[in-house]
Amino acid sequence: MALYLIKRLAAFLITLLASAIVVFLVLEVLPGDPASIMLGVNARADTLAALRAELGLDQPAWLRFIRWLGGLVSGDLGNSYTYGVPVAELIAGRATVSVPLALGGMLVSALIAIPLGVIAAAQRNRAADLGISVFAQLAIAVPNFWFAILLILLFSVMLGWLPAGGFAGWEAGIGPALGSLLMPVVALALPQAAILTRVTRSAVLDVLGEDYLLTARAKGLSRAAALWRHGLVNALIPVVTIMGLQFSFLLAGTVIIENVFYLPGLGRLLFQAIAQRDLIVVRDVVVLLAGAVVLVNFLVDLLYGVIDPRLRREAAYV
Amino acid sequence: MSDAWIELTARARGNRKLVIGGAITAAFLALALLSLVWTPYPATRMDIASRLSGFGAAHWLGTDHFGRDVLSMLIAGTRNSVAVAVVAVGIGLCLGVPLGALAAARRGWVDELMMRISDVTFAFPALLSAVMITALIGPGAVNSMIAIGIFNVPVFARLTRGAALRIWSLDFVLAARTAGRGGLAITWDHVLPNLAGLIIVQATIQFALAILAEAGLSYLGFGTQPPQPSWGRMLSDAQTLLFMAPRLAVLPGLAIAVTVLGLNLFGDGLRDLLDPKLGNAGDGP
Repeated sequence: MALYLIKRLAAFLITLLASAIVVFLVLEVLPGDPASIMLGVNARADTLAALRAELGLDQPAWLRFIRWLGGLVSGDLGNSYTYGVPVAELIAGRATVSVPLALGGMLVSALIAIPLGVIAAAQRNRAADLGISVFAQLAIAVPNFWFAILLILLFSVMLGWLPAGGFAGWEAGIGPALGSLLMPVVALALPQAAILTRVTRSAVLDVLGEDYLLTARAKGLSRAAALWRHGLVNALIPVVTIMGLQFSFLLAGTVIIENVFYLPGLGRLLFQAIAQRDLIVVRDVVVLLAGAVVLVNFLVDLLYGVIDPRLRREAAYV
Repeated sequence: MSDAWIELTARARGNRKLVIGGAITAAFLALALLSLVWTPYPATRMDIASRLSGFGAAHWLGTDHFGRDVLSMLIAGTRNSVAVAVVAVGIGLCLGVPLGALAAARRGWVDELMMRISDVTFAFPALLSAVMITALIGPGAVNSMIAIGIFNVPVFARLTRGAALRIWSLDFVLAARTAGRGGLAITWDHVLPNLAGLIIVQATIQFALAILAEAGLSYLGFGTQPPQPSWGRMLSDAQTLLFMAPRLAVLPGLAIAVTVLGLNLFGDGLRDLLDPKLGNAGDGP
C-alpha cells in the first residue's frame, strides 16, 4: 500500500509540475515579449520598459519560472495588471462563486442520476427504462449553455421568477445568493446527470447478478431493499470514478455557464482577463484550473485503490 | 455478395439507432456540402430593412438583428461545425493512434512517458487550451480546431494502447513474434486492423463532442469569428435579443442538439453492429 501511494503521489506531482511548465512556456516564453502582448502594438517604449521590469522579464526564463512556482506554493502571485490588486485575492474572491457552482452542479447531477440509473436498471427494458434512456440521450446532446439560455427564456423572460443573470453576493444573504445560482447549477448539472445516469444503470445491472444480492434476498430482504442497500453501494465505485473523470468537463462547463449568467466567478475572470490581455491573471487561473483537474483525478485514483485493493497492483501500470 | 456481408446488412437494417442516427448524420453532412454551393440567401448578407422578421415565405425561419437569413446562417453553420470537428478529430486520430500503438508495442519507459504526457494533456480541457491559444495568437476557427484536437490526442492514445495491449497478449500475435516478425509489422498487420471498429466508434463520439465544444468556444468568442456564421456565435448574439426575438435563441441550439443526438445514436448503433457481444447489455433499448 505504501509503495502504491508513493508511486501515485510521485506521478501526481510530476503531472502537476509538467502542467505548470506547459502553461509557463505557452504564456511566458512562446509569445517572446509578454509585455508587448499585454500593452498592444501602440505602447510607448517607456511604458513597455516599466512593465517589463515589473514582470521581471529582464531575468532568464528559468529563474522567472522558479519564482512563479515559489509564488504558487506560498500563495503570492503578484499583482494583476488591469485590476491592480493581488491575483491571489482576486482568485479567492471569485472562487466563492465558482466552487459552490461546481459543487452544486455535481451534487444536483448525482441527485438526479443515481435514482434514475437505479430505476432504469431495476425496470430493465420496460417503459421506465426506455423513458430514462431517451432522457439521457437527449440531455447529452443538448449544449449546457443553450439549456441555460432556454431556462432564462422560460423563468426570467416569460415567467419573471428568477433573475436573468448577475450574482446577488453572499453578503446579500443566503437566499438571494442561492437564487442567482439556481439556474446556473441546474444548467451545469443536466449533461453531467445524463452521463451519470447511463453509468449508474450499467453499474447496477452489473451487480444485479452477483451472489451477495441473492444472499440478501435469501435472508428475507425485498428486491428493492436488497438493491438499494447492497447493490447500490457496490455500483457506486464506477459512478464515483466517472464523476472524477468528468470533472474537466464540469470545469469547462462552469466557465461557459458563468459567462451565460454573468456570474463573477473564475470563468468570468478568465474571460475578462483574455479580453484585457492580462496575461498574469490568465496564467494563474489556467494553472489553477488545470491543477484542479490533476488533483481530482489523483484523488479518484487513490479512492479507487482504497475501495478495491485488487487494483493497487494493476493500477501501478495503468 | 458474401454471406457475412448479407448478415451484416441485415443486422444494420434491424438496428434502429444506426438507421436513425445514420440518417441524421447523413443529412447533416449533406447540408454542409450543399452550403458550399447553395444557401437560400448569402449567409452573411445583411438586409437592415427586413431585420428581425418572423417566420414567413421570403425568409422561412426569419431574419436576425442584421436582417441576415436565419436558415442560410444555420446551413452555413453546418459547414463550420463539420470543418472544425473533422480537423479536430483528425488531429486526435493521426497523433493519438500511432502514439498509443507505439506505447503498447514498446512498453517500458516509452509506455510510461506516453502515459504521463497524456495525463498532462488531460489536465487541459479544450476550453483551457483555447484560452491559452487565444492569448497567444487571438481567436479564430483554427484556434478551436487545435484546442479540441489536442484534447482528442490522449483520448485516442489511451483507447488504442489499452485495446492494443490486449491484442498483444493473444496467441496469433505470439505466433507472429515466434515467426520473427517485428513490432511495426505486427502492429500494422494484426493490431490495428483489429482495433479499427473500436476507433471508428470512438471517432464518431469525439466528432459529436467536438461539435459541442466548438459551439461552446464560438459562443464565448474564442472560436469562429464573425461574419463567418457559426451556431455558437448565433446563440451568443441571440442572448442579447431574448426579449425581442426568442426564436433566434431556439433554432441554433436545436440544430446543435439534433446533430449531436444523431452522431451519438450513430456511434451507439455502430458499436452494436461491430461488436454484437456488447449488444444492448449496458446501454438500454
